[in-house]
Parts: sequence; structure tokens; C-alpha cells
Amino acid sequence: MSKITEENLSNEDTIAANKLSSREYKYGFYTDIETDSIPAGLNEDIIKMISEKKKEPSWMLEWRLKAYRHWTTLKEPKWPNFKYGPIDYQALSYYSAPKNFEEGPKSMDEVDPELIKTFDRLGIPLSEQKRLTGVAVDAVFDSVSVGTTHQSELEKVGIIFCSMTEAIQNHPELVKKYMGSVVPYSDNYFAALNSAVFSDGSFCYIPKGVRSPLELSTYFRINASGSGQFERTLIVAEESSFVSYLEGCTAPTRDENQLHAAVVEIVTLDNAEVKYSTVQNWYAGNEQGVGGIYNFVTKRGKCAGKNSKISWTQVEAGSAITWKYPSVILQGDGSTGEFYSVALTNNRMEADTGTKMIHIGKNTSSTIISKGISADESNNTYRGLVKIMPSAENARNYSQCDSMLVGNKCSANTFPYIEVNNSSATMEHEASTSKINADQMFYIMSRGLDMEGAISLIINGFCKEVFKELPMEFSVEAVKLLEMKLEGSVG
Amino acid sequence: MIEIKNIHAKVAGGDTEILKGINLTINPGEVHAIMGPNGSGKSTLSKIIAGHPEYEVTEGEILYESNFKKTNILDLEPEERAREGIFLAFQYPVEIPGVNTSVFLRAAFNEICKHQGAEEMDTLDFDEYIRSKMKLLEMDEKFITRPVNEDFSGGEKKRNEILQMAVLNPRFAVLDETDSGLDIDSMRIVSDGVNKLKAKGNAQLVITHYQRLLNYIVPDFVHILIDGKIVKSEGKELALAVEEKGYDWLIK
Repeated sequence: MSKITEENLSNEDTIAANKLSSREYKYGFYTDIETDSIPAGLNEDIIKMISEKKKEPSWMLEWRLKAYRHWTTLKEPKWPNFKYGPIDYQALSYYSAPKNFEEGPKSMDEVDPELIKTFDRLGIPLSEQKRLTGVAVDAVFDSVSVGTTHQSELEKVGIIFCSMTEAIQNHPELVKKYMGSVVPYSDNYFAALNSAVFSDGSFCYIPKGVRSPLELSTYFRINASGSGQFERTLIVAEESSFVSYLEGCTAPTRDENQLHAAVVEIVTLDNAEVKYSTVQNWYAGNEQGVGGIYNFVTKRGKCAGKNSKISWTQVEAGSAITWKYPSVILQGDGSTGEFYSVALTNNRMEADTGTKMIHIGKNTSSTIISKGISADESNNTYRGLVKIMPSAENARNYSQCDSMLVGNKCSANTFPYIEVNNSSATMEHEASTSKINADQMFYIMSRGLDMEGAISLIINGFCKEVFKELPMEFSVEAVKLLEMKLEGSVG
Repeated sequence: MIEIKNIHAKVAGGDTEILKGINLTINPGEVHAIMGPNGSGKSTLSKIIAGHPEYEVTEGEILYESNFKKTNILDLEPEERAREGIFLAFQYPVEIPGVNTSVFLRAAFNEICKHQGAEEMDTLDFDEYIRSKMKLLEMDEKFITRPVNEDFSGGEKKRNEILQMAVLNPRFAVLDETDSGLDIDSMRIVSDGVNKLKAKGNAQLVITHYQRLLNYIVPDFVHILIDGKIVKSEGKELALAVEEKGYDWLIK
């Protein structure tokens, strides 16, 4: 079944993009705090320095060095559907932390009040009195985790939720077993770079039979200039466990481009389920395309156990460049992979994002729902792979890729790759392209809604299959974020 | 209720004048019909009343009276006009993919309530309310859970316009060629719906090509629009004369 519709693509009556300067990025502030950074440059000494700062065991350093040596043999991928300036890897500082942070965070009371204030301003209160109920937060500031809330509450049910630095020190057996098991350091250029220089991130372990009583989350904040952020997240869900994980990120408004190269790995054992939701709002550059984060991220989950499930939901609304394909390896029989995505680009943003679903086990199924919205002069690409291996009897996939254009100067592309090596597979693919046009806006407004209300209605309608997968508070935030980004692009 | 005074209009940015001095006064409780050949400016007039940005009014005003106050609605945004109780049933209703009809109508309804100082309706109450209106129009219940006008037949789209009118309960409604694309049964149902919505304090302006619709929606006044001007205004019998003789005899 395949349905391709093109509506009004040549519709000339679309009102030209009429930009408002009021589209401000409200997280663009900078926290003036004393930092401890290592010199710019990338070589084995730098990696040793990072490892030393983190007081790592030697096996970790060895792994980093192997990754680094492999990275030096690789070339930056050139296949993505976007252009960006050259990245000078020797000009970056690979470690930047608030001063005196080498001991790592202890209790929230000891965290620098400036940092607490920063996260307050970002809407992520960390202090005992004000912290969010129902959500445990690991707050990452530049290269380090500055604190993790609700840890003792989680410990009671046996959940480990801490920074990656702590995990390497306190739970080496788990880290050794799972780190790199889904995304090996040799996986790709940016994963290799991350494996060599990663500075922190979150670690999360859900023991057998436990449903996490809280949502777990990580908030990533880039603050320092001249640096990048290279964090790693690892989530392990033992048999019959469940966790819903949220991720958010922002950065200051700057004219320089900053590199963010992260790795996220998820492992689910028999009957376990992990739901991973992201609202990505890195600084995206200004209207002329100056500044913004280069976001090169490798996210992958492995359904190792039978009947396990991994579900990625992402709202990608930031970054000058986005290169990101949250994927699922469906190894366990009967396992399920899901990818729900809204990617919005405006101004001069460029996104090349999608997913990979690799079916290995029998009776595995995957669902892909991708919604791309491009406005202004941006460029938005969906790139996805569904691969059915010979062993995957009765695999099923449903893919739906919809694009929406706002204005006449943007572009949307869809590259769906399908490889089927077992004839028992059932594959469905649908795609559509539509355009917000002046007639639609007028129709809605003539019923009493103002322009904002009309945009919100159209966006909500277009993205609803994805929004309904987000946790409630996240979904409200996501809608607001998209509305704000599109204000002034329509009509 | 509404006084259209010496309206001249053209396509925004264009040169050709489409409306060349329209005058029309409509009082509460009245139904007016505008008839005219293709290209005479009928649809332009309806779009100007609703505030379509594609057209530019170069001269004249449209005074709308509510709460004993007259406003020139040309100064208002389309949504402000809607909130004041002005409604346009579109000749070509627009599709809004993915947006549930009921969600759309509740959002619009509540905007109007908010503006008029009435209490907004929650989902449950609104559901009951919209269903009562659908019964009036003999519409299938599944209708409201479908995306607005998406994959609707021509007749369904027109019925959806009348449903919106029933739900939003305007004081002044303009029906732009609501009969086009309707078979005889749909025409009867749509007209019945429109007639039921008629009230002492409301007024309707029906724009049509054919006299046929006016057998069902009986106007108090009929105006003939030719080349951007109203050339003749009389009672309902004028429509029959046009049906019989065409428009030529009206062109001097």
C-alpha cells in the first residue's frame, strides 16, 4: 500500500515567508562561572587528561584510546543532505567543567548556587524543595553532570540512576558489559570521536521486574564557548522492567558553531520496555544561518530479549545541523521497535534525520512515523532504513513519512531505504507532502481563530500521531516550541 | 444590521477593478439573495465581507451594527469579524489534514464565546451540542471525527459548512454558492438546515447562480450583480424572471 499525494505544491498564492524578529530563543543566555577547561586540541595526551580528570580505571582509558586510534583512520561522512563549514577538531576544547568539579557532585546542597540558578532558569529545578515531582533529573552542564535528583527514592526499588562518571567508578561490571555493545566505537565517525573523548552523560539500570516509579530524564546544557559536548547515555532494562526516559537540551546564543556529538545506547532484555523521548532545542543559529549547534548524534537500542520493546519519540526543533537516526535492532523474537519523530527546521537550519529498523528475530515489528516541517529557507530530510534479515520470519513494518512546507523557499526530502531478505515480511509505506497555504489560514481564521491559533491547529493536526506518544508535560512544551518557531513564517 | 456602502475592490496588487460601487443594506430577520453571471463579482463580495487578504478595498465601507454600535468591519481582522458574528460558508471549503472536525469547531466556538463574554464549553458538553446540530442537518455521526473536509465529497463539504454555521450561530451569514455541487436531496437538507437557523435577530445573504436554491431558501430581496454593480433589486419574483429570461435583458 503506497499513497503519495502532492497538494498545492505549485500553489503560488502561498504568502511569502514574512519573518518576525520576535522569534527569540529564550534559552540563549550564558552563565558566567569559573571553569576548568583543558587546552584545545585532540591527541592521546588529551584523552589521557580527560580520563585522569574523571579518575577512570585503566580499562576505560584503553577503550578510549582504541576508539581514538580508530577515529584517526576515518573520514567525516559526506553523504548527508546538507552543507556545513569545516569542523576543526584541533581547535576545540574537549573538557570544560565548573571549577573544582573533579570530585564530582555529591549532594545537591554542595552544588554551586549559580548552577542551580541556571537550571532553575531553564525550568529544571534541582533543589530538594523545588525539584519536579514524578521526574528524576540528571543535569549535565558542559562536560559534567552537576547533580541527579531523586536518587535515594530510586535506590529503594533497585534502580541505578547516576552520571556516567559515577557508573564507571561504582558499577564497572555493568558498564564494561554494555557500553559499546549497541554502538561499538567503530560504528561511525562521530561515535568513534565520542567514544574517545566522552566526558559524562547518564547511566540508568532497571533491575528485573521493576517498573520505574518515576520518569527519568537528562537535561543537557552547553555553556562554555570554544568547546563541544560529548556525552554518552546508557540505559539497561533487565527482564520485564519498564522505564520512560526524557531528554532535553539547550545552549547559549553564539555566533560560533559548537559541536555536539553524543551516543545513546539502550538494551532491553526479555519482556522489557524502554520509552525514550527527546525535545531537542539546541541553539539553531540566527536568520542568516550564523551560529548554532552542529548536532551529530548516534542513538541506538537493541531489543536483545524476546518480546521486548524500544520506542523513540523525538521533537527536533533546534541545531543548525541535525544528523541523527535513532534506531532499533530487533534481535529478540517478537520484539517491537518504534520511531515517532517531528523535525522542524526554520531560518537556515538543516536536518537529515530518520531511523533504522533492523529486523533479526522472528515476528518482530516496527513502526515509523516521521513528520517533517520546513519553513523559511531551511532544508529538511528524512532518511530511513528498514532491513529484514533472512532470519526474521513474519516481520512487519509500517512507515509513514509526511512533509509539510511553510513558504516557498524551503525544501523537504524523503529517502526511505527498504531491504527485504525474507519473503514472509509485510511492509507498508505511506508518504505525503503538503503545504500550509493562505487559503487554509484564511479558512481557519474566518471561523474565529487568530493566526497563532490557526498555526497551532494545523501543526497539532499534522503531528498528532507523534505528540500523543510524548509524556503529557513534554507534549505541551513541544507544541509551544513549534508554534514559537513557526510564528511569522506563515501569513 | 449591515450596510455595504459604495464598495470598490480589486485583487491585491492588481489593476482591474472587480467591484465598482456596491450598495446594500440588510436588516435583522431578512434574507437577501445575490444572483449574477460568472465573473460578475459575487464571490469577491463574499470574500471581502469575511476579510480575505487576497482582495483590496479601494473605496467604501461596510458598517456592521452590533450592540447599538456601528463598526466598519474593513478595519477588523478576519478572526475579529468572525468573533463579532459574521460567517462565510465557502464556495470551496478548504481541507485541513489531520485536524479533527470537532476539535476545530470547538476551538472556533470557544474563541467566539471568549470574545462575547460567554462561558467556554468543555469537550463533553460540546460533543452533545455538536451532535444536536448534526441531527438537524441529518449528518452521519462519524463526520465529526474525520479531519476537516479531508476526503469529503462535494456534498459533504457543503454540509460541513452549514454544520459550522449551525454550531457558531452567526448573526450575519453569507452563503457563497452553497448549492453548487449538491444533488437535489442534499440541497433540500442543506436548505432545511439554513431555514431552521433563521431567526429574528439574524440575517442571511445567499449568493447563487441559479434560481433553484431560492425555491428552498426563500429570499425577501433579490439583487442582480453584473460587472461589479447591482443593477436591479426586487422581491423574490426577480429570481424567477432571471430563470426565465437570463441576464441579458438586465444589461443596459
